[in-house]
Amino acid sequence: MPRKPPTPTADARRSDGPIQFLTPEGALESDSRLGLPARLDLPALYRDMALVRRLDTEAIALQRQGELGLWPSLRGQEAAQVGAAHALSAQDMVFPTYREHGVAWCRGLDPVSLLGLFRGTTLGGWNPYENRFQLYTLVIGAQTLHAVGYAMGLVRDDAIGSGDDSRDTAVLVFLGDGALSEGETNEAFVWAAAQNLPVVFFCQNNQWAISAPYSVQSRVPVAQRASGFGFPGVRVDGNDVLACLAATGDALARARSGGGPTLIEAVTYRVNAHTTADDAGRYRPASVTDEWIAKDPLERLRRHLTASGAVDEEFFAGIERREHELADHLRTGCRSLPVPGPASSFEHTYTTMPAELGHQLAGHLEFVASGQENGATR
Amino acid sequence: MSMPGISMVKALNNGLRRALQDDPKVLLMGEDIGRLGGVFRVTDGLRKEFGSLRVVDTPLGEAGIVGAAIGLALRGYRPVCELQFDGFVYPAANQIISQLAKLRHRSGGAITLPVVIRIPYGGGIGSIEHHSESPEVHFAHTAGLKVVTCSSPQDAYDMIRQAVAADDPVIFLEPKRHYWSKGDVTDEPPAPLERARVTRPGTDATLIAYGPTVPVALAAADVAAGEGRSVEVVDLRSLSPLDMDTVRESVHRTGRALVAHEASLSHGFGAELAARIQQEEFHFLEAPVLRITGYDTPYPPSRIESDWLPGVDRILDALDRSMSY
Ligand SMILES: Cc1ncc(C[n+]2csc(CCOP(=O)(O)OP(=O)(O)O)c2C)c(N)n1
Ligand SMILES: [Mg+2]
Repeated sequence: MPRKPPTPTADARRSDGPIQFLTPEGALESDSRLGLPARLDLPALYRDMALVRRLDTEAIALQRQGELGLWPSLRGQEAAQVGAAHALSAQDMVFPTYREHGVAWCRGLDPVSLLGLFRGTTLGGWNPYENRFQLYTLVIGAQTLHAVGYAMGLVRDDAIGSGDDSRDTAVLVFLGDGALSEGETNEAFVWAAAQNLPVVFFCQNNQWAISAPYSVQSRVPVAQRASGFGFPGVRVDGNDVLACLAATGDALARARSGGGPTLIEAVTYRVNAHTTADDAGRYRPASVTDEWIAKDPLERLRRHLTASGAVDEEFFAGIERREHELADHLRTGCRSLPVPGPASSFEHTYTTMPAELGHQLAGHLEFVASGQENGATR
Repeated sequence: MSMPGISMVKALNNGLRRALQDDPKVLLMGEDIGRLGGVFRVTDGLRKEFGSLRVVDTPLGEAGIVGAAIGLALRGYRPVCELQFDGFVYPAANQIISQLAKLRHRSGGAITLPVVIRIPYGGGIGSIEHHSESPEVHFAHTAGLKVVTCSSPQDAYDMIRQAVAADDPVIFLEPKRHYWSKGDVTDEPPAPLERARVTRPGTDATLIAYGPTVPVALAAADVAAGEGRSVEVVDLRSLSPLDMDTVRESVHRTGRALVAHEASLSHGFGAELAARIQQEEFHFLEAPVLRITGYDTPYPPSRIESDWLPGVDRILDALDRSMSY
């Protein structure tokens, strides 16, 4: 019999728990382990969380209508993503998984471009250099090494440690709790530590990797694993946008200044099933999900904003209008995403098309032009 | 610059030095390549000359090497990775096959990954397991990769620089049993990287080889000449893309084709060549395309490797069969 793993820290004292500034009731408190940034735009944080939630809801609806083949929902993780993204500088580079719709939104990507991958019109969807947001990565953990290599480039480009805020650059790479078990993620930690690279690993511990609870991956908290590699690990309440923002800001600043990597664990919860193709009812009780819904990241900031009088009703009404516009934009944008031409798959496989591929393309174009299809036409 | 009588290792070393000199974005990375100069000494002295930021001793992890190279390329660098031995490339399979080969395609051409992956490959050096394998078809079968292999010091010198200058990912296979073979190397402008070469002209049959089997094929052609048979030897040099023009032109003249490679027979590169030759030269063939290869087993213990490898005698036997049709 394996030894019983130590009980998780849920009932531990507050000082041992995840860093938190905003309680589920909407009270703003301090945390001795981390300071809040001097300038905070709370309404903007709320606005972005509300809009990415709407983006997510709309994408799920589009999937139900058959417009998308699949959608991985971010519901419940809005604070983690928006908080982390608000800590970025323009020059920083982001390496996402497939669930970072909220980060993409904050990076300024047209949200319609997120749909193409799931509609089947593209394998990418955007230019990764335009918003400094790399392509989604479906192979769990693979992007952590790309982030490491990019950070090696930053070191060689002298893009860290100058003290110039508009110049010093860091890499922010996202990963899930399941990705922690991949060999490649652990290699990335080794490389980042040994070379003291300017990379921040932001792990959204949403408790689940499809049907596998976190206990399948590890018996210690995510953040604790960093110490074995030799760099700081920070555990924050992933449903507190301020904790996510503050911890990411702190880690990115350290990275930009040459202080090396950080692993951030944002403790949160995947409220929906893994994707629209998944049935979470097969492996987890709805009651646990309900408990987490009660810790909703939007609701607590809304409570705080309302109670503090920082915004009025018109603020929320304005956001609602923008949500409608966004939903409209997604619906029309999704349906008008261009279907790639028959040559597209051949065009970008190599920088210049090899002769054999050229022959294959010519034959394929002839086939398509002949009006034949993959059904019997003769 | 003329480099008389240098080994393939030295030729690669000189080629990499030139690549590092020509472009400040080029950097080398791999296990033990810096201070030690690589287990085969291909990078000997380069760390001293170019510093540890450009000749990088990496942690021990092949996925890390290729994955980090991708990140460096995303930042505008031209990384040249050394994977220590053929049998140790598989931990990097995801990064090579699912990431490196696909990102340009996925991004609609926005991403360019000029990454070179050098792999010492093939048998015949009396080594322990995982040190004698021929993994070329895994990569030749992967769209988005180029796969090339040199067979002489001159080609090693030219092709490594061309691979580094190429904008697509290149798997660069080095036939380790010829690492210490010597040859004269000059700085003449080289043929295109993707062009096959008729290494020895002949009229009776075309013997197609690449990398480690090229010198074997040439030796077989020598013996055949003594028996009155004129064998043309084609060194493919590039497996992907494949220069079918050179192959077709030769087989068209000779009417007979044989393929020699160390990798196993079934589903091997010879199968692709046989398919293409019969498709394009069907009416000119005097005999079926024959393959002389390793067997469909794991690479054998080194004491019996010389009988397992396609050697001169097995090639000559196949030639007899071809001629007797
Ligand atoms: C290498 C690899 N193995 C398996 C999968 C299939 N898969 C897709 S998502 C997933 C779970 C990932 O969990 P986690 O890292 O926690 O991210 P989350 O989905 O919770 O955001 C699995 C197993 C994959 N995409 N890649
Ligand atoms: Mg998860």
